[in-house]
Amino acid sequence: MVYLTRKIEFSASHLYHNPALSADENRRIFGKCNNPHGHGHNYTLEVTVAGEPDPVTGMVLDLKELKAILEREIMERMDHRFLNYEVPELKDQIPTCENIARAIWKLLEPKITQGRLHKVRLYESPDIFAECYRNGASQP
Amino acid sequence: MSNDLKIVFGRRYRFAASHRLHSDQLTDEQNCRVYGKCNNPYGHGHNYVVEISVSGTVHPATGMIVNLADLDEFVQRQVIEPFDHKSLNHDVPVFRATVPTTENLCKEIYQRLKHFPLAKLERVRIEETSNNAFEYAGEEMRDRMAVR
Repeated sequence: MVYLTRKIEFSASHLYHNPALSADENRRIFGKCNNPHGHGHNYTLEVTVAGEPDPVTGMVLDLKELKAILEREIMERMDHRFLNYEVPELKDQIPTCENIARAIWKLLEPKITQGRLHKVRLYESPDIFAECYRNGASQP
Repeated sequence: MSNDLKIVFGRRYRFAASHRLHSDQLTDEQNCRVYGKCNNPYGHGHNYVVEISVSGTVHPATGMIVNLADLDEFVQRQVIEPFDHKSLNHDVPVFRATVPTTENLCKEIYQRLKHFPLAKLERVRIEETSNNAFEYAGEEMRDRMAVR
């Protein structure tokens, strides 16, 4: 099994607010992330695909294909968007790194048909990230 | 379908500390040969980067496995305060008897964080310099390290 990873970067804004909680609770739990007009990040997304290299092409999947999938599914949806209001996959969720990573997994998994999606790692900043993968997935 | 998805939250912290690699079980000559410059008698320092990964349920109300402020407070108390701007050999009791290699530092930090009550510690990764990295995920490593 070979694992290949492609990285993309996108910029987006968001805010953390749960309408089921009081203004005070929102402020206490989410702090600055609750500021009403939102704020933004430069996100870095690493997508890892696992598979056996094709005996003819030597590729797990064509990176051009992966690049096109990421452009279509992620960049067009999320880049320079307000995640709370403009990304339907995050509707009714707090757009934390954890939830965005899971939404990205769900968007990408059915689209990757050569090899299989192994892991998504999303950095909100160089020091904060979330990962999503199948329970019990094999190394690495 | 998504129940079999695992979500991990990761956070990187920094501290600066000095250490000297020297084993009492080796002769001076052996220490010098094994550890090279790292055996210089007065020690030297690094800017360590510690990456902590935790897993758990993403709470629907918050979208979070753990509130960053709670994780930060725990790591600050357990690791950053006792290690930052310290001599690992002199100021951290376990390293009076154990060589403070970054392998052992990974294990010590894992021990200090494994009882974090709000999420499950998955692994500790330490970059001693931008060219050296070490990871420890406990002794059930093979299961826990299923994905890295």
